[in-house]
Amino acid sequence: MTIEWCDRPIHQVATAIETGLVSVREVVDSALARITARDTTLHSFTMLLSEKAQREADRADRQIAAGRYRGPLHGVPLSIKDLIDVAGVPTTAASKASEPATATTDATTVARLRAAGAIIIGKCNLHEFAFGTTGEDSCFGPTHHPLDLARSPGGSSSGSAVSVASGMAFGSIGTDTGGSVRIPSAACGLVGLKPTFGEISCDGVIPLAPSLDHVGPLTRCVADARLLYDTMRDNSSAITSETIPARRILGCPRPFFLERLDTEIRNSFEGALDHLRDAGWTVKDTIVRHAHHSPAVYLHLVLSEAASTHARGLAERSDRYTEEVRLRLELGRYVMGEDYVRAQHGRNVLGHAVDNALDTCNALVLPTLAIPAPRLGTNTIDIAGNPEPLRNTMLRLTQLFNATGHPAISLPCGLTTDGLPCGLQLIGSRNRTEHLLNLAEACEATLANR
Amino acid sequence: MTKSPDDWLRTAQADADRRGIPALKPLLVALADATRILRGASWNRSALDPPTSNRLRKPELPRDKPQ
Repeated sequence: MTIEWCDRPIHQVATAIETGLVSVREVVDSALARITARDTTLHSFTMLLSEKAQREADRADRQIAAGRYRGPLHGVPLSIKDLIDVAGVPTTAASKASEPATATTDATTVARLRAAGAIIIGKCNLHEFAFGTTGEDSCFGPTHHPLDLARSPGGSSSGSAVSVASGMAFGSIGTDTGGSVRIPSAACGLVGLKPTFGEISCDGVIPLAPSLDHVGPLTRCVADARLLYDTMRDNSSAITSETIPARRILGCPRPFFLERLDTEIRNSFEGALDHLRDAGWTVKDTIVRHAHHSPAVYLHLVLSEAASTHARGLAERSDRYTEEVRLRLELGRYVMGEDYVRAQHGRNVLGHAVDNALDTCNALVLPTLAIPAPRLGTNTIDIAGNPEPLRNTMLRLTQLFNATGHPAISLPCGLTTDGLPCGLQLIGSRNRTEHLLNLAEACEATLANR
Repeated sequence: MTKSPDDWLRTAQADADRRGIPALKPLLVALADATRILRGASWNRSALDPPTSNRLRKPELPRDKPQ
């Protein structure tokens, strides 16, 4: 029986590469074959680096033959969101308004992954300049959900999620300004990590809102997310003393966060909590004070900062943006300075509120995305008779933690009756992303036994 | 110059019309709603609030944090 390597998690294929069970060239070719078979309909890549990847694969095989195995990313094909610089190709941001110049150096994260032996197989489609939650507004056309082509895979890291979910890459690097790693991970049944703010360098990444921007991995399991996080983060050589907690206590902030959920998402989430309780976890209700103000705080921050980072683009080439993104950028020009200051104050208040909620538990637990993957072309979602803009609904459960900088990870937690993935989100204490990963790995193992 | 959200909205909508971006007007309405919420938050104190107005409680002290 032929082993479909391209559907395996990184840690499994790494072992196979190290022991010679499979060559790097075979692994890279299996991913390229999957791309050829599937990406003409999914549109997850903006650019393939096939020949370069094959050359690097052959070199990686020669290194292994010479006894120079570089570790668990040696020869592993990864995809990179086309907002992040990869030397030798342009960074398009999926926009006709972007600079067409070729990147001369890798972004810091890409350089670290390459140094660990990873092979960059291509760059991924996204919502234009990462300013959207569906992946629909892209000069390359919308990315399609691998389980239902009529649906969005979520965004903005839409192509990253689809490339991993469809076996076209073993992991992908995305960016998350309001949920853009976690939302598509939840919609596509993946693990998506947004670390503590500042832990992974944004050098070489086109900014959207610099005080909210994070870089993070999208993977098939928590162990793979940890591997990529450890490779990319600053001071990655630091020795961690974090251990899996003996008592696993989760706090579920029901007010605000669980008030507006699709019924199937709610059922899936509550089922996951029941299973965790049955397995010995403690899940108790908690409150994040002022959480109902988080959309207003986030909106003023992201609009102001995005208008600032795109001021030159709006002045010189506003007609090259897609209409929806251009309007949101224009909107940011109208935010008053004093309201941006109020939002900054609100961010501090909310940060303390999340800290307080975390004082009596190991992590907060809530759904990642309030709805299953939406149909392409949807503008408004009706939840329990309350119509709401799709963008607001998709950001509702993730955006707060971009404002506060707390680490957050999305894990798969079941399927809807239509077979669409649901996501569960864990939020940890700032600067304790390792601790969150330990907890997430234990949670993943518990939920896998359902 | 401080403007109320209503005054701001009128000015902003007129500016959107002047600049030929009428599609911006519904978004400005939504932003004005968010600005009202932001300004109405209990933690947004004014320099003119009376000294007894202590609407923002200090964060509670940590309780028995699990290890």
